[in-house]
Amino acid sequence: MAESALSRTAGRSGSKRSLGWWETFYGWLFAMPWILGFILFTGGPIVAALLMSFTDWDIVNVPTWVGLDNFERMFLNDDLFYQALKVSTIYAVVSVPLQIVFGLLISMMLNVDIRGVSVYRTLYYMPSVLPLVAVAVMWRWIFSPDWGVLNWFLSWFGIRGPAWLADATWALPALILMSLWSVGGGMVIYLAGLQNIPTDLYDAADVDGANPWNKFWYVTLPMLSPVIFFQLVIGIIQSLQVFVEPYMMTEGGPHNSTLFFLLYLYRNAFQYFRMGYASALAWILFIYVALLTLLVIRSSAAWVYYEGELRK
Amino acid sequence: MSAAENTMLNLSARRQRTWGKVLLHLLLLIGVVIVMIPFAWTLSTSLKPEGQVYTFPPKWIPEPILWGNYVDALTALPFGLYTRNTLYLAIGRIVGLLFTCSIVAYSFARLRWKGRDTLFFIVLATLMIPFEVTLVPQYVLFSEIGWVNTFLPLIVPAFFAGNPFFIFLMRQFFMSISSELDDAARIDGCGYFDIYWRIILPLSKPVLAVVAIFAFQNNWNSFLLPLIYLHDRDLYTLALGLNLFQEENYTRWTLLMAASLTIMLPVILLFFLLQRYFIQGVVFTGVKG
Repeated sequence: MAESALSRTAGRSGSKRSLGWWETFYGWLFAMPWILGFILFTGGPIVAALLMSFTDWDIVNVPTWVGLDNFERMFLNDDLFYQALKVSTIYAVVSVPLQIVFGLLISMMLNVDIRGVSVYRTLYYMPSVLPLVAVAVMWRWIFSPDWGVLNWFLSWFGIRGPAWLADATWALPALILMSLWSVGGGMVIYLAGLQNIPTDLYDAADVDGANPWNKFWYVTLPMLSPVIFFQLVIGIIQSLQVFVEPYMMTEGGPHNSTLFFLLYLYRNAFQYFRMGYASALAWILFIYVALLTLLVIRSSAAWVYYEGELRK
Repeated sequence: MSAAENTMLNLSARRQRTWGKVLLHLLLLIGVVIVMIPFAWTLSTSLKPEGQVYTFPPKWIPEPILWGNYVDALTALPFGLYTRNTLYLAIGRIVGLLFTCSIVAYSFARLRWKGRDTLFFIVLATLMIPFEVTLVPQYVLFSEIGWVNTFLPLIVPAFFAGNPFFIFLMRQFFMSISSELDDAARIDGCGYFDIYWRIILPLSKPVLAVVAIFAFQNNWNSFLLPLIYLHDRDLYTLALGLNLFQEENYTRWTLLMAASLTIMLPVILLFFLLQRYFIQGVVFTGVKG
């Protein structure tokens, strides 16, 4: 009796092991498209970019190994590199927080049970799905110094608007302003976050006599902080990938005031065919993004609240 | 507290709530106006005679309304060909992404194997890699094998599960499907591929639809990769066509506005018809507050 039970379990675990082997086999097999894709199009190229960054290469001739020359030139002799880094950083530091604040505000207004709320949501979300190329053309005309609708609007208040995209001081602020137009894209994520906050937290706050501001500051914001954190990280990465706006609207000008990092990289790689130098730029950008992300993650311990996490 | 006092309190609370709602509507309407004005402005410009563009203050209703601007804009360049190219790329990418991302996601969601969690962590990590890091070496790779100036560099990566976000989205969805179905199917003698093909996929139409729509929209809007790989004008997509059109007509605002509005229109229609899928995409990720 005992013996047969034993052999039965042994048999079952044996078949389980062979089942496990097949499962592992199929697991890897089915994941293979991604594994190969990762090696060919992501992991491999990242390593290749590192190797290429030590070469001087115009893609036609044989690459020559130049050691650290590219990096030396970048850090010591290339003002445009610093300009591109500056433009992208200013854009990230200003536009990402603004996008978060406005996105949060809109979604809080739309998390209320009022008539037509779904129509509002649809309209606010729409600008973020549009082709950026077409949006860029549209905004070039909105920013037109003499005939644009923006300066017409400003003239109501007796303000003579600047030349926007044609003015080195105002071109970057103009692009930041334009990015706020599609701020509704983040709304869906904030709404999902808001709707996940348990209502009893607000009830408890009511019992404690909290006013709406208290409720926002002590309940909504902490409960939403993981979502805000996520949006901050994604926002930083995305703002370092801005390309269409400067390429189509300002060509990086005037006076390189909108020379975004990716535009500078694009020019080096695909207009001047400096593949080595472009790869060096790409790697520095990679490190820069990683450092920024790390900074945000480090700081998150102080301000992001995860439910169920124990606090000292 | 007397009954009268009570009603008074209720009334004032209700009145306050009503005023709150009116104020909220007002704020939201201001937002709607801000969102809509660029469209109204573009539409108005696109229908004007060239000369009426340069007036200050602007005239919102064109006189006469020139629908012909749209004809002029869309026949100036072969936009029909560009549309066909864009759709061709979209179909290729969608087919590739749907099949490969879903089978990879199935493996991550439903099978237990050594190394799975590590690999899935790498999938998530690649979401954080700025794509410009791989831009130059990828270009070198495709140029070495002679694929520059063909659609292949844009389509082939899609067949290698080339979108980590879609893998993540599908995995989250597959995880929510009851595993009892798998067990029942296995007892009936179904293999792992059968389970994926006959059980998981048919039950996953919502997430497949979301991925297809996102992929379509991404492809419609994509600019940098087509710009790098497609040099021959016969291969241009709509986004590249609009860029070329802008280069050739830098200040012909009426035609530029007509062209950009036309290119936005399909996405706007798609969005209004299928907006619940756009919104569901986020729900499927299971982002929690």
